[in-house]
Amino acid sequence: MAHTLSVLVENRPGALMRITSLFVRRGFNIESLAVGPTERHDVSRVTLRVNCEQHTLEQIQKQMHKLVNVLRVIELEPGEAVERELLLVKVAAPPDRRAELMALGEVFRARVVDLGPDALVFEVVGPPEELASFEELVRPHGIKELARTGRVGLARASRETPRRAQRLEVLR
Amino acid sequence: MKMLGSDAILRSLEAEGVEVCFGIPGGAILPLYDAIARGTTVRHVLARHEQGAGHMAEGYARASGRVGVAFATSGPGATNLVTPIANAWMDSTPLVCVTGQVRRPLIGTDAFQECDITGITIPIVKHSWLVQDVEELPHVMKAAFHIARTGRCGPVLVDVPRDVQEAPIDFEYPDAVDLPGWRPPRRGHARQIKEAASRLAAAERPILYVGGGTVNGDACGELRELAELGRLPVVTTLMGKGAFPETHELFAGWPGMHGPKWSNYALNKADVIVACGARFDDRVTGKLSAFAPGASVVHLDIDAAEIGKLRNADVPVVGPLKQVLHDLAAELRKLSEVGELRPPEAWLLQIADWRDQFPLRYRRGDVLKPQTVVETLRSLTAGRDDVIWTTGVGQHQMWAMQYLHCDRPRSFITSGGLGTMGFGIPAAVGAKAARPDATVVCIDGDGCFQMTGQELATSVLEGLPIVVVVINNAYLGMVQQWQELFYGERYSHVHLTHAVPDYAQLAEAYGAAGFTVSTEDELEGVLQEALALGRTAVVDARVDPAEQCYPMIPGGAAALDMIENPEEETVEAGS
Repeated sequence: MAHTLSVLVENRPGALMRITSLFVRRGFNIESLAVGPTERHDVSRVTLRVNCEQHTLEQIQKQMHKLVNVLRVIELEPGEAVERELLLVKVAAPPDRRAELMALGEVFRARVVDLGPDALVFEVVGPPEELASFEELVRPHGIKELARTGRVGLARASRETPRRAQRLEVLR
Repeated sequence: MKMLGSDAILRSLEAEGVEVCFGIPGGAILPLYDAIARGTTVRHVLARHEQGAGHMAEGYARASGRVGVAFATSGPGATNLVTPIANAWMDSTPLVCVTGQVRRPLIGTDAFQECDITGITIPIVKHSWLVQDVEELPHVMKAAFHIARTGRCGPVLVDVPRDVQEAPIDFEYPDAVDLPGWRPPRRGHARQIKEAASRLAAAERPILYVGGGTVNGDACGELRELAELGRLPVVTTLMGKGAFPETHELFAGWPGMHGPKWSNYALNKADVIVACGARFDDRVTGKLSAFAPGASVVHLDIDAAEIGKLRNADVPVVGPLKQVLHDLAAELRKLSEVGELRPPEAWLLQIADWRDQFPLRYRRGDVLKPQTVVETLRSLTAGRDDVIWTTGVGQHQMWAMQYLHCDRPRSFITSGGLGTMGFGIPAAVGAKAARPDATVVCIDGDGCFQMTGQELATSVLEGLPIVVVVINNAYLGMVQQWQELFYGERYSHVHLTHAVPDYAQLAEAYGAAGFTVSTEDELEGVLQEALALGRTAVVDARVDPAEQCYPMIPGGAAALDMIENPEEETVEAGS
């Protein structure tokens, strides 16, 4: 089963490498990884998507907690978190197909951010699942290049601390 | 106080109360060694190889319970420390390694003797620092010692570029650390401890399964109190050897691959296992799915990540073992006072029965047997409380585990998790530095000896005399045993021979005393002489190359399916 982990780390050299090294060494698999700043200049947020059993997930969380630079590990549970990702896709668009593609884009609130003689670049922001649907719909038109940021997420505004994080506190 | 970065490192060690450190100088760490020459209260022991320095620091840490410190230069000096760092990581030994690094402007240019040692060691350290600013140095040193010895003990690395060592600093050692991400558990959960006590009280076949975490957690007194209160049998792992007195009536031996069959029976047929700072290592469990099938597990550990890692814990307790075992005994006492604790006498009788049924055994003959050498060492040191044993890795290590009786914690120092051949001699030098009053004996193998034997020079010149007893069977014995049993007796590159080297002559060349013994008749006299000598001594005990280490759980087999010595007419070992 797929899980999203949101990890707060001290913004120090090597912090990301310690996390990724841990995944490699213990045989855990990362599906997506996004790193960026937070509201605190000295803290970064790493959002990880992993596909594993519950037992492995607990191991991942506990092993990450042991890293000195890791401040907090939270699982973002579906329904209790907002998750977004950004997709840039360059699609083949000869003049006679442009209108069709742009109509398709509107359904997904995709913006055309660049336009060339026979291609255009869409930007889509949304839940990763929506991005995947969009990708499938434009695929028949011919995807020339594609880049995704990896998902980022936050617990919903109505929640202080997701339940899973509290449960793990018992073990700490 | 104004000083250089290199001085700041030494002043930090002094502030941490470090008495001895181990290392070898080299280009990138010249400033630190110059600072040593200018004066420090820290005694520096010059090793002959950085691996030796690292294992000495481990031996020091394991014998004393304090943090071991090792120095090395950049590049090859640092990479030579990788094995001891990995060893300390696997065996949870507190270690601070300080390495020199090339000057900051040269980092990343493939400069002479440059290597990314912080990168290389990431998977095997608790934490590491590449110090880019001399102002950080005191804080990094403070944090390094704090992290190495708190929570689950382990190694840390401080990499200091040469120009940082040479930079001026107004030194002040911080009183406290600022580590928001480092919060080791402080107390085990009271409700969980209560639950553990009631499981123990209700158990018919309880057992305490004790690992190195009990020694690291300084909880051996609490362990004994708990065991005696509940009349609970105790098995100790290789790393836990000595955590519980091995001559105690409740001691039930060592479980695992070469543990006695009766000990494996006791652990595997228990109905409640209380794991105390032990981690269900594959050498102990054998085939995990067949391990102790009828047992519920109470798992006590300082490291939350060990809970449920391999075996599900029915009652997990995360906390310092000293407090957890103390509170568990207190809860058990409460149950005892209201008559809810029945000592498991029938179970103890059953274990005693297995013990009679499956003793350790080997056949004595014309040729000197390795087990006889270890047994003789045991009888020559019986009743003494000043002996520390170290070992290498292999058959001799397993015989040392089987035939020595250690009644005190920190008296058996071995490489468990990593299985580092060559650990024994440098670890013995380190142990002697920690405990100059102790008689330190390294039981080594002939394969191990040649991996780190050069540290005899350190032992002789530094006045840290140790006694090395080489169980010399002319083979990489454990590998040969596997080739015999599981690879159709196709012996591939395991024969080291009895021809070279002559260990006694080699010892003499190092300025140590050398002895060779190959018969049972001479054995006791020679060992006695070596032990009484008061200087570095090597005893080359030439033993039967055909002798194999039994009993044994074959790789991947269930612990209960262990094989015994196939010799039909085995005679019981004298004890």
